[in-house]
Amino acid sequence: MDTTQIALAERAAEQQRHHGKALFFYVWGALLLMTAIEVYLTYQNMQPAKMLTILMGLSLIKAALIIGYFMHLKYEVSRMKWLTMTSVVMCLILMTIFFFPDAFRILYLGVK
Amino acid sequence: MAETALHDIPSAYEPSLFGTYSKKIGMWLFLLSDSLTFGALLYAYSYGRISTAGWPTPFHSESIVNATIMTAFLLTSSLTMVLAVRASVHGDAKGQRLWLLATMLCGAGFIVLHGREWSNLIAEGLTLPMFSKVPGHEAAGEFVNVSKTVPQFGATFFGLTGMHMLHVTLGVIYLGVVALRRKFIPILLVLWLVAWLATPAYSPFHYGAHVLLIAAIVISIILWLKPKVYDSSDVEVAGLYWHFVDLVWMFIFPLVYLMSAKIL
Repeated sequence: MDTTQIALAERAAEQQRHHGKALFFYVWGALLLMTAIEVYLTYQNMQPAKMLTILMGLSLIKAALIIGYFMHLKYEVSRMKWLTMTSVVMCLILMTIFFFPDAFRILYLGVK
Repeated sequence: MAETALHDIPSAYEPSLFGTYSKKIGMWLFLLSDSLTFGALLYAYSYGRISTAGWPTPFHSESIVNATIMTAFLLTSSLTMVLAVRASVHGDAKGQRLWLLATMLCGAGFIVLHGREWSNLIAEGLTLPMFSKVPGHEAAGEFVNVSKTVPQFGATFFGLTGMHMLHVTLGVIYLGVVALRRKFIPILLVLWLVAWLATPAYSPFHYGAHVLLIAAIVISIILWLKPKVYDSSDVEVAGLYWHFVDLVWMFIFPLVYLMSAKIL
């Protein structure tokens, strides 16, 4: 690595040195708790559309915790946060638009 | 504050766009593209699930418990991974290696449990035409015609979870190289032989084990061409990959398992 890369890597390491261990254990606990809630809901015979909404909501929160804290994106520069997250979300929205005519069939077909 | 500090770092080149080192940006770009691969596979599974009548719901309580333990393994592996990164930035080489090995152990546990799940489904008749028939096993009554009437289930389920399992396997190998470097190659070859000899010839894992052999050859070439000691930036980049694998499972678990559960 050239000197710039070494300096940038050292700065990233310096940022990480300031994080306490406890934060990671809290995030891990929250992720396990949300997984337990998801499994509990499976045993509750809920309406499929409602259950899907709750499960996807919890999955998005879990994804945000993993990306933000474990992958450290919360502490990166805002340019990196916005460019990476906006581009991937836009692509996923494009996929949804591709399926648009049928994407909401679940609302009237239901999941058996 | 980080943005203003960007220009403080002396360089012959223009400042880094994202204010961090190239390896990390490269990994982020790879992960973004990989998320679209998994996005497409998840869409394919969900679309098939919604639009196909008679979609099987093969995941009984035992499968849900199994998948929940697999999820716990992956979440715990993410914790041990951040602890490995933390140890590496503090210059604690022993701690770094131990946490990396713990992460690999959790990943290996996930692969073993997932392999068991696949084997049970294949034995019940939820299979792909390319998989050999399990001798002495008849398809379970409810799934006797599923591979003919709803071939989308096998194609999307094995496609999605197989792609994820491949990512986890490559992740374990990646961490093994970062933790042990050349010493990991003979371990990988032993694992390949054990996986190949211990699985019956009809199992997809019998020929799937060759992934380990291919990985051993590729790693040998890479380490021979460019031998190096991995520093904290390499551990952090490996961690990004590992957390991504965990992240993808956070969508596969509810969409594939919990939404197709059969709770009696």
